[in-house]
Amino acid sequence: MEWIRQRLDKFKEPFGKGKKLEKYAPAFNALDTFLFTPNHTTKTGAHIRDGVDLKRTMITVVLALIPALIFGMWNGGYQYLHQLPEYADGVPFMDAFLEGASKIVPMIIVSYVIGLGIEFAFAIFRGHEVNEGYLVTGLLIPMIMPIDIPLWMVGVAVVFSVIIGKEAFGGTGMNILNPALTARAFAFFAYPTYMSGNTVWVHNAYEIDGVSGETILGKLASGTDVPYNTMDMFSGLIPGSIAETSTICILAGGLILMLTKVGSWRIIVSGFIGAAVMAFIFNSLPSLGVEGNDLTNFPWYNHLVIGGLAFGIVFMATDPVSAAQTMKGKWIYGFLIGFFAIMIRIFNPAYPEGIMLAILLMNVFAPVIDHYVVQGNVKKRKKRLATVKEVKTA
Amino acid sequence: MSKDIRIKRGLTLRLKGEAEKQIVEAPRSKTYAIKPPDFHSVVPKMVLKEGAKVLAGDEIFFSKYTEEVRFTSPVSGTLKEIKRAEKRRIVEVIIEADATDSYKDFGKLNAATAPAEAVKEKILASGCGAFIMQRPYDIVADPKDTPKAIFISAVTTAPLAADLGFVLKDKVKAFQEGIYALQKLTPGKVHLSVDDSSYPVLKDIQGVELHKVSGPHPAGNVGVQIHEIDPVNAGERVWVVGADHVPVIGNLFLTGYFQPKKTIAVAGSEAKDRKYYEVILGANSADLIGNQIPDDVRIISGDVLTGDQISNNHYLGFYHNTLTLIPEGNNYRMFGWLPFTYNNIHSNSKTSLSWLFPNKKYEPTTNLNGEERALVVTGEMEEVFPMDIYPMQLLKACMAGDIEKMENLGIYEVAPEDFALIDYVNTSKLEAQEIIRLGLDLMITEVG
Repeated sequence: MEWIRQRLDKFKEPFGKGKKLEKYAPAFNALDTFLFTPNHTTKTGAHIRDGVDLKRTMITVVLALIPALIFGMWNGGYQYLHQLPEYADGVPFMDAFLEGASKIVPMIIVSYVIGLGIEFAFAIFRGHEVNEGYLVTGLLIPMIMPIDIPLWMVGVAVVFSVIIGKEAFGGTGMNILNPALTARAFAFFAYPTYMSGNTVWVHNAYEIDGVSGETILGKLASGTDVPYNTMDMFSGLIPGSIAETSTICILAGGLILMLTKVGSWRIIVSGFIGAAVMAFIFNSLPSLGVEGNDLTNFPWYNHLVIGGLAFGIVFMATDPVSAAQTMKGKWIYGFLIGFFAIMIRIFNPAYPEGIMLAILLMNVFAPVIDHYVVQGNVKKRKKRLATVKEVKTA
Repeated sequence: MSKDIRIKRGLTLRLKGEAEKQIVEAPRSKTYAIKPPDFHSVVPKMVLKEGAKVLAGDEIFFSKYTEEVRFTSPVSGTLKEIKRAEKRRIVEVIIEADATDSYKDFGKLNAATAPAEAVKEKILASGCGAFIMQRPYDIVADPKDTPKAIFISAVTTAPLAADLGFVLKDKVKAFQEGIYALQKLTPGKVHLSVDDSSYPVLKDIQGVELHKVSGPHPAGNVGVQIHEIDPVNAGERVWVVGADHVPVIGNLFLTGYFQPKKTIAVAGSEAKDRKYYEVILGANSADLIGNQIPDDVRIISGDVLTGDQISNNHYLGFYHNTLTLIPEGNNYRMFGWLPFTYNNIHSNSKTSLSWLFPNKKYEPTTNLNGEERALVVTGEMEEVFPMDIYPMQLLKACMAGDIEKMENLGIYEVAPEDFALIDYVNTSKLEAQEIIRLGLDLMITEVG
């Protein structure tokens, strides 16, 4: 360790103040601080500081994503292989996993290389340190794409999300929309044939006849039968975007986020409540004499475990930058995300999944929610001031 | 009359190196100093020149914009040096002490029965006016104001700070006299808050409204107590006095002399003789800890959250009652960002396993434990900020210099020390105390 440190210090010299490569210091520092937490000491303010930093926070989110990612890789292979005649008696775990990984790992590499490249360039250009936010965004983007999306589309979506979604607003911490969802929304509207329909969700589904790959929401919207039971939906053995299918793995990640307090449990809990309430309202339509359709009559508890709802609420809605920032605001924000996600899902069959648009919509409204929550506090203060003035003049 | 205040949100840091409950008389320093930078926003106007003879209580300088506030010599001796920094700003006024003190006689006075004007005049003339601070803004009080109340906190919650119950236990008579004097300065009440340690000592004090305060740090901060008892509104003034300074004011009335004795706790993992020391205000750190402290130890006048760094052979801060020594942390940690590693470094977040050991005592260094970043994580500030104020929104308003917003969000109710724990816990290593200080300074110039 000492030896590496000495090498690094030597290598660092030309990046020092007033030296030749000073401009590129952020790029070097990103590597340096990745290996070593720096020796910076407190200069002003409190003399001691908490052990947490942004790197640790972001890595915790990456850890929380791992179960869903691994399941996604396996399921990606499984959904394809188990429909082939040669795997009629079952798919070995490694076969499925490697098949999925061969599609997904390149997507992750493309996402990180392009995204981090842009982040580094902006850090050097603006003269600030490289922020860690992209470690999470860069992993999220492939995880919410269909498995067969071409790599160049991932690349273009990454470029759009980092430049327009984040850097245009001033970089990490300033963006209004969740960058990963910005990438997905971009791909969704720019390349709809690769992002929706009934052939994109299972690897090779459009090439091979007889391989079926419609998502549950797609089936519900088109009125075909759903061949899966609640347990399939919960465990995630269904077609869908790469990592969103397994509610179990997502909840495991959600548990990590909530226990480490990195993700807001308020948003997660209220998000599921909001979705359940909306689905329950639709479920009760028949008892009011209104005839629903397959989507409205789909049991509310099943609504919670299908589609990207769980993934969106646990990993996207909890992004602290684009979410509401006040405690009360988080309850409202989470609730409305769940509520609108189911509403969009049911009302608009053109977008079988509503969570993406619901989160993006609430991202935009989060500052408004916060404004009214904070305004409540301001009003209390003004009222107190007013009573004092009355006493004085009386 | 006793009202209980329970603070729920906050964080009590358990650190190694608490001072032993034993009072030792510190040797008399050769030199003492008054440091004008301790008095925020005071522009010192010198009265004496270098080489002048002074008695304890003789005026050394006064505040240029509030002339009534005088700063006097804590000991008798010779004014040795006026130390200046850039732009001739005075940073230290050093007095070479005589072997024993002779005092300027301000005359005894029964504070309880004397007229208010006489009490005020005596407090100001002796230099005790500097002990009285004003909220909002956390600056030395302007004697021309009439405060709506006076607050004294005898509650200790800051990490390793001097236990005020212990410090005051032999000074109750002077404390009572000090309260009688302070009572004359306000038409409102004098609020005294106590904790389990100071309640037995101060429970019989007359002329105050007593509040029992419990809860984690910053429950001991007087600003938090004001917020609970009688919050400051726009245009109002309240005054606050450090509990350990009340006996000095009391003694002035009992004896007629300005005798600024203080009890300083020497604490921290790197301190050798961790005890309480009786010193005179402005004493040199060398008398308590020697002058051979190595470079890898940080000497802090005050507690680890709000104190000032001083070097060997330097003088204690005017308002401080703790001297803390902790190791410097200018070392690297490999893969320090991995969650659940380096659990010997305390973290309020649950990304370290330190929360599994709530009773463990930590030995923190001055390492920043990361780098400054944009504000990303939300909700962590609120956890350690007990007031009904949105801390992050207020900080952002201060950064933007938006006066109306700052006012609306409660800038009048806070002091930098209330944001010390936010300095500590926030993931982005934001300097919250500094931002609030600059925000308050902006309010002083724009609103006054």
